[in-house]
Amino acid sequence: MRVSIDAERCQGHGRCFNLAPDVFGFDELGNGVVLVVEPADERTRRLATIAEVNCPEHAIALDD
Amino acid sequence: MTNEPVVDFATDWDHTDPRWVQDPYPIWADLRERCPVAHTDRYGGAWFPVTHAGVTAIATDTEHFTSRTVVIGNGRPMEEAPPAPIGVAPPISSDPPFHQIARRLILPAFAPGPVRQLEPTVRALCRRLLDDLGGRAVVNGGTEYAQHIPSAVICRMLGFPESDEARFGEFVHVVLEGVNHPVDERIEEFAPIEAYFDEQIEDHRLRPREDLTSYLLNVEVAGQKLAVEHVRGTMVLILVAGIDTTWSAIGSSLWHLARHPEDLARLVEEPDLMPIAVEEFLRFYAPVTMARLVKRDADLLGCPMKEDDWILLGFPAANRDPTVFADADRFIVDRLENRHLAFGLGIHRCAGSNLARMELRVAIEEFIARYPTFTLEDPGAVTWSQGQVRGPRHLPLRVSA
Repeated sequence: MRVSIDAERCQGHGRCFNLAPDVFGFDELGNGVVLVVEPADERTRRLATIAEVNCPEHAIALDD
Repeated sequence: MTNEPVVDFATDWDHTDPRWVQDPYPIWADLRERCPVAHTDRYGGAWFPVTHAGVTAIATDTEHFTSRTVVIGNGRPMEEAPPAPIGVAPPISSDPPFHQIARRLILPAFAPGPVRQLEPTVRALCRRLLDDLGGRAVVNGGTEYAQHIPSAVICRMLGFPESDEARFGEFVHVVLEGVNHPVDERIEEFAPIEAYFDEQIEDHRLRPREDLTSYLLNVEVAGQKLAVEHVRGTMVLILVAGIDTTWSAIGSSLWHLARHPEDLARLVEEPDLMPIAVEEFLRFYAPVTMARLVKRDADLLGCPMKEDDWILLGFPAANRDPTVFADADRFIVDRLENRHLAFGLGIHRCAGSNLARMELRVAIEEFIARYPTFTLEDPGAVTWSQGQVRGPRHLPLRVSA
């Protein structure tokens, strides 16, 4: 799994870093940033998946 | 003042109608079946998209819709000539490209870092408010608890005297609930609010402090300080948008928990569930509806929209759209998939969302820690705010036997 955020789409709702703080962080404006690009274990991958299905702007991509 | 009763919400809706104020969800569900965009001639002409797709299309289209004003009223705001497109309350009332400049000025203050630093203060405040309830069996969860949390936080952030907090409720009420008053009455009602903010600005000019007001007075864009209208507009925005909204979200969440002991018990037993549950409170009871104006005549969403028609941008209605949310009308405390629009969508995403979410979570955590079981004392006595922010105002909760 490869985690990315489309910075053009992200509007800083903060859903990713609230629900999956191990995978996502934030910048000084509050936009999301990816902390763990390739989650190594099942738990972290699950957190990334939860973040993805909560992003109102569809800004998170999880690629194989 | 009460408007004429609505006969059909599809062709003559009014968001101040008592039935809408009391329980809007069945009205929206019915509209969603019959017409994806409802219309009314009230307020000089207005449209109301009820679906997630319709709300999304408008929220992300700054080409056809302006945010010049985001609260529907009987008048229309003046269009400002460039190069000073400040709007009444930047950045919420600003369009691109000025919007981004005004927004970037305030985002850092509401970013997750500063908000986390506020959390211990908010927690202490909640505990003090609970202490002050003095062990009474029945309390007003709205005016004795929920209201004070964002009021105190915003008061502190703007650097206003703590003793003025009591006045903010009235300010917010005027701005957000007097929407169906005639235009000349509205202008009169706003005067004392503007005077209050001018006093605060003057006081901060004389005695600069470490707060948002002093920051706005001193910050420079392209080597220039902000116009005083910009400073005052942003201060009004922060106060109005920062208080009623979060107060409503906290109140609605308590109202829910008082009526759903199974959800209350689950949150008491599983505190780790709170971040997920908070998002469901926000989806299900999203307090904020925004507005837009149509920029020029155009056929949009299949409707013949005219310049200066209002759009009621119902994020709470989008959050109940069954084509996007499974079991949309059911509150699911552990709902995992939840792309709710409680904080809007697109470039105007609520600038205070990190603060609001933290206040909501801490307010609920502290309330249920103090009162692990509580019920609604008198369901018929609960009253709801009218206008574009929805939340319980009178909320009698029985917190002990």
